[in-house]
Amino acid sequence: MSDAALTQGLHAAHHPRQMHHFDSMAQQKETATFGMWVFLVTEIMFFGGMFAAYMLYRMWYFPGFAAASSELDITLGGTNTVVLIGSSLTVAMAVHAAQLGKRNQTVWLLIATGVLGVVFLVIKYFEYKVKFAGHHLPDGGMIWLFPGREFQLGPFIYGGFDVSQSPELAPIASQVRIFMVIYFALTGMHALHMIIGIGILAVILRMAIRGEFSKEWHIPVEIFGLYWHFVDIVWIFLFPLLYLVHRHG
Amino acid sequence: MSHLEDGHDHILPATTYYGIFAVLMVLTAATVAAAFVDLGPLNIIVALAIAVVKASLVVLIFMHVKYGDRLNWVVVGAGVFWLFILLSMLMLDYSSRGWMNVPPIQHVS
Amino acid sequence: MTTTAAAPTALPARHYLNEQEGVKSWLLTTDHKRIALLYLFSITAFFFLGGFFALLIRLQLLTPTGALMDSDTYNKVFTMHGVIMVFFFLIPSIPATLGNFLLPIMIGAKDLAFPKINLLSWYIYVLGGLFALAALIGGGVDTGWTFYTPYSSMSSNSRVLTAGVGIFITGFSSILTGLNFIVTTHRMRAPGMTWFRLPLFVWAQYATSLIMVLGTPVIAITVLLMAFERVLRVGIFDPSIGGDPVLFQHLFWFYSHPAVYIMVLPGMGVISELIASGARKNVFGYSFVAFSSLAIAIIGFLVWGHHMFVAGQTAYAGLVFSIITYLVGVPSAVKTFNWTATLYKGSISYDTPTLYAFGFIGLFLIGGLTGLFLAAIGLDIHLTDTYFVVAHFHYIMVGGTLMAYLGGLHFWWPKISGRLYPDAWARLSAVLVFAGFNLTFLPQFVAGYIGMPRRYAMYPPEFQVYNILSTAGATILGAGYLFPMIYLTWSWFYGKPAGDNPWGSKGLEWETTSPPPTFNFDTTPIVTEATHQYGHHEEVKVV
Repeated sequence: MSDAALTQGLHAAHHPRQMHHFDSMAQQKETATFGMWVFLVTEIMFFGGMFAAYMLYRMWYFPGFAAASSELDITLGGTNTVVLIGSSLTVAMAVHAAQLGKRNQTVWLLIATGVLGVVFLVIKYFEYKVKFAGHHLPDGGMIWLFPGREFQLGPFIYGGFDVSQSPELAPIASQVRIFMVIYFALTGMHALHMIIGIGILAVILRMAIRGEFSKEWHIPVEIFGLYWHFVDIVWIFLFPLLYLVHRHG
Repeated sequence: MSHLEDGHDHILPATTYYGIFAVLMVLTAATVAAAFVDLGPLNIIVALAIAVVKASLVVLIFMHVKYGDRLNWVVVGAGVFWLFILLSMLMLDYSSRGWMNVPPIQHVS
Repeated sequence: MTTTAAAPTALPARHYLNEQEGVKSWLLTTDHKRIALLYLFSITAFFFLGGFFALLIRLQLLTPTGALMDSDTYNKVFTMHGVIMVFFFLIPSIPATLGNFLLPIMIGAKDLAFPKINLLSWYIYVLGGLFALAALIGGGVDTGWTFYTPYSSMSSNSRVLTAGVGIFITGFSSILTGLNFIVTTHRMRAPGMTWFRLPLFVWAQYATSLIMVLGTPVIAITVLLMAFERVLRVGIFDPSIGGDPVLFQHLFWFYSHPAVYIMVLPGMGVISELIASGARKNVFGYSFVAFSSLAIAIIGFLVWGHHMFVAGQTAYAGLVFSIITYLVGVPSAVKTFNWTATLYKGSISYDTPTLYAFGFIGLFLIGGLTGLFLAAIGLDIHLTDTYFVVAHFHYIMVGGTLMAYLGGLHFWWPKISGRLYPDAWARLSAVLVFAGFNLTFLPQFVAGYIGMPRRYAMYPPEFQVYNILSTAGATILGAGYLFPMIYLTWSWFYGKPAGDNPWGSKGLEWETTSPPPTFNFDTTPIVTEATHQYGHHEEVKVV
């Protein structure tokens, strides 16, 4: 707790990056790290709401979930998993380099992380495009938010049939629609967090290029790393839950 | 309590990170492989178990929780536990639907 | 320390209010005390807006056939009253104003852990509030503050999306405040300020912050999913494709029940301070009160299904939620007993803050006990969605939280402003609030019990007498709220200087000047004993 604060009489050499309301760099670093962890807990609960919905509807609508999951591209999903875990490695190494005060290494590893993040999003874009083209969308009809520019998401086609024409497939179709809502909600929210992460990464990268980090002060890299790892962990759960529901038999 | 006082971090050797990455890759392959085997109700359990192991490795090593302040352990634990509260108490309702002899829900006609 | 020094003649030369001048120094401040005042200003504005809608409700309900407005309009009025009061007044109220101002001072810190995030959270709150105002101006929302699907996501023609966005945004303000408080309490305590030397107000804020951080994200995603469903016209709560509207209720109440503890826990923290000071006595059973705050925060997450006994939830789930709901009443009872024991053989002064504290204890007691009525499933089937529920939660929210808020404002006003307010007006207002409140809400218990439903614009004539009493009470209550607005504002400019410690109370905040300097303390305090040591009385045997 406040052990660091007990050294309050000793801050003779005041590091330029130490903020006025802290008594030491150690206190500042521990506070920043702790703050990021508390924030990540809020993210656990945020995604948790969607996981709750997933859990319920997987239990109720397993056939539809199995069918819809099998339509997802497991190669793209698996590649994305490797890409994202790889980016966790690069960001962990970037923190490592920052801890050792190695500016160039930190910069290159941050760039690598960003590149891998962009690769992930590009692959996601292609996945979504396939879904749009194949009409595997939840299909709510017109988006009235854009009056005058309504567009149809398209009829729902499952297994080659337009289920609006085949009433006996209707139950599966509804179940698949529920899955697709959850798929887009989860992966969309995840992608949004990736985009925000890449944005923050750009800021951190700029600081690294300008040599602002040192052995004594590299907190932004560390807490960014925590955020990035968390986004990776969410995907570690999303991949099996969305892509691997029923791949056998 | 921890390594705080001098403000220095616990610095892991680079090989540790590579090693963990390799394990994560193996586990990813295992997840995919297990999905193609019919384990019945165990499929989801195996998938989640592997995911939990992967997540734990990232949290403990990549995110330095193993080497850091005990307080961060508590924070992570609390977050996971609270998610567990949400999911399990939700199941209180949904798993007991239909226990009484009321007509089942017509999900879709 | 209890003898009053010679009356101070002036405010200190430099303090947090005059150290920097100009609009920019306020809008770009990172001083937690100034941010507290920014919040005070905006929260008060929302309070009166929400109160205006309450007035409309009570006027409408004066007559059984309701001459004032039709049912559709009435739906919008009670919705806006609820949304504004819950999300834009009660949830931020004590934490963002008193908590922001006092927390760092009480633990001996110069500021919160993340001062810039503190300012950001105010801006986020204002942005969310603007969306709520936009929803209002755009025609209002008619779903009730609970936004139940599928009406909210599929059928309602009102400004659900705008209001939902506003609530989503403001939720982040709450999350950031809670995050800041948790980190501050763990990391920024002065040397010697161990956990068990902390004021009980800090324990209460800490417990509240746990709820803010763990619960608010769930309402965020829930509102977001409901909004998606509204925009995309398809979603997971839509029964026509097999979605479950009850899932929305589960996710909604997972947050919204702990939210009521976000609303009341800080009030309990205030009351602990007010009772100790008003009775000149240490709070009886300090650690019990401290741990009861944590217990309420934790157990409060396990009871949400008691809002859904008749919603379609199974009886088995209802059973579990009902039993745990009885359990959650225990720590609240512990606090109430301990406050009472604190008063016993205390040296009680009837200052305004103490009057509000007495009011709190009595009214929270009634509110809490009637909650136990509602926790019984058999009774709840009869009482749910009646005015009994309305009276129950107003006893806690208004009789509890709001009285604690006013009591705390009056207690710490001299510290915040450096000035004293007119005593007679303050005590009169406290009595008016108490009397007006009871006249407003006591009849509603009866009306609800004999069957008057809530959220109805019109009602059968047999309920009219209770509604007339209620409206009369509301008028008195309104006056009781208006007076502090006037005399507190007056005192800000013309009140007598208060001096460091006008009440003669214990606590780090009373050891610095009124108003405090920008960095709170001229030298970092070293804490050597527990807070609020009002001296050792002879052993008190409570029979």
